[in-house]
Amino acid sequence: MACLKQRNMGLSDQIAQYLVSGLSTGAIYALIGIGFAIIYNGTEIINFAQGEMVMLGGMFTLFGLDVLKLPLPVAILMAVTLTTLSGVLFERLTIRPLKSPTPLSLVIITIGGSILIRGIAMLVGGKDTHAIPAFSGSDPLSIGSATILPQHLWIFALTVIAIVLNKLFFQYSITGKAMRACAANRRAAGLVGIDVRRMVLFSFAISAGLGSLAGIIVAPLTMTSYDVGVMLGLKGFCAAIIGGLSGGLGTVLGGLLLGVLESLGAGLISSGYKDAIAFIILLLILFIRPQGLFSRAQTERV
Amino acid sequence: MNREVYKFLVLVAIVLLCPLAVHEGYILNVLVFVGIHTMLALALNLLLGYAGQISLGQAGFFGLGAYISGILTATHGVNPWLAMGEGAVVVTLLAFLIGFPILKLKGHYLAMATLGLGIIIYIVFNEAVDQTGGPSGLSGIPNLSLGGIIFDNDLKNYYLIWTFVLLSMGLALNLVHSRIGRALRAIHDSEVAARVMGVNARLLKVQIFALSAGLSAVAGSLYAHTMTFVAPASFGFNFSVELVTMVIIGGLASIYGSLLGAALLTLLPELLRAFQDYDIIVYGLLLIIMTMYMPGGLVKGVPALFSAIRSRLKRKPSAHA
Repeated sequence: MACLKQRNMGLSDQIAQYLVSGLSTGAIYALIGIGFAIIYNGTEIINFAQGEMVMLGGMFTLFGLDVLKLPLPVAILMAVTLTTLSGVLFERLTIRPLKSPTPLSLVIITIGGSILIRGIAMLVGGKDTHAIPAFSGSDPLSIGSATILPQHLWIFALTVIAIVLNKLFFQYSITGKAMRACAANRRAAGLVGIDVRRMVLFSFAISAGLGSLAGIIVAPLTMTSYDVGVMLGLKGFCAAIIGGLSGGLGTVLGGLLLGVLESLGAGLISSGYKDAIAFIILLLILFIRPQGLFSRAQTERV
Repeated sequence: MNREVYKFLVLVAIVLLCPLAVHEGYILNVLVFVGIHTMLALALNLLLGYAGQISLGQAGFFGLGAYISGILTATHGVNPWLAMGEGAVVVTLLAFLIGFPILKLKGHYLAMATLGLGIIIYIVFNEAVDQTGGPSGLSGIPNLSLGGIIFDNDLKNYYLIWTFVLLSMGLALNLVHSRIGRALRAIHDSEVAARVMGVNARLLKVQIFALSAGLSAVAGSLYAHTMTFVAPASFGFNFSVELVTMVIIGGLASIYGSLLGAALLTLLPELLRAFQDYDIIVYGLLLIIMTMYMPGGLVKGVPALFSAIRSRLKRKPSAHA
């Protein structure tokens, strides 16, 4: 039935369909991008290992489902927890021991870390691609002229919840406020008694958690394997750059914009060059508007 | 300066005489790869070590050289030397043009932008199937030849590649000991200070970027003509990272370090055959450990380590006495 429908789709229906899938991938990019922004604002580090946290989310879920035979919600919770811990461990083992960090050494050390995490995932989980079951079946629902998978709805819902919680955390909790203080001025934050190093650790933990969530909710649609993190991470970075590395609405819009452009480009122009679209946008933004598309002179941070 | 010349002559002698000690095709073939990787590491080191600008897209320039050479010779029947020259010129110009906007960026942004550039090039190799043959690659690339000698076996290729390696090392040594080299190091230490001293930092960075890309393209052409086959898989992001690893391990801002790093990272996987695909874990660990404990690379780290051990050994007996 769905098949028949797809064959008879007109152009406008097709575009509606691309929008739906574009927005859902865009939501994923946004989540990953916010992770980049949180770490960047707290530490001025672009964490090249952010994509691996996304991968770990999917792989840990798989481990919970297949090896430990846990029910899906428990497996997801476990995966987010384990990935968050991995983020903490990553910060402890690579970033913190660095005696005199320079931008160059930070780039190299986070790249080294990402390679290591990917390698270990390959060693433990093998090189195969794995499927994770959709959270609630895979019968498509029709909305207007487009069909939408239940998993898309999960992605939208969980992304919105995560972003709102994230916003509330930074706006109202004392830790969130302390982290914003660090983003604004690390030395001043230290002087008023904020443990800056602990806040850095927190920012890695929150980013890893958000990244893993992204990796888990997208896995039923795209499958997961040890190397999914590379592309997803880079696209997430792209979203963050479009948003001017703000941890807020800018990055969300950046992610959605990127997802939709990519999906339209893949559908209407060429699916082979789909991945190139994101990087062309990335280069253009970096060349023309490095402060991001939506920002005024000063970007909103965290 | 004299010492530099002697050092270089010793290297030339070693390179010339090496095939007398090893005549196995397999080892010579590995040494050919060491040579190509040395050129690439050297090219990157000029940019990363001397000018302090990272590029995570070097594999793209390497691939462009290889594909331009390959397509011109295999599909259009152009003379291989001409194709190599054309590849070098095109890639240098391309890098020069793109260098202006890209090198305005710093640190992480520059890393991401060059990475993006490398991935776009890689995607084109895969998708422009009509020209490149797509993921399955391009074959039938002719060998280089010179005055009736066709470079078609391991020994000839060894001498061909290492001639180029020595030439590029000589060029690099001259460059870094010249006014340009000092200006580059000034930019590395403080771009603002360099500017104040009258160094045109922006232009110089772009020029080095273009030179680095052009040298990588020549290495790519040599690769294409010695292998007679190219496929996109050799020019991906992982290879760019591998090149950065070579430079870091050998030693930033050290010409001989590039040789050392390239040799180690080419020989290591050969020695650790059992690792197969897992050698990437070793790279990751090496990158972390080196950045943390030996930021100067082996060239500076090992002598420092020895002198540290020696001074400790000297101190010990006196402590007992």
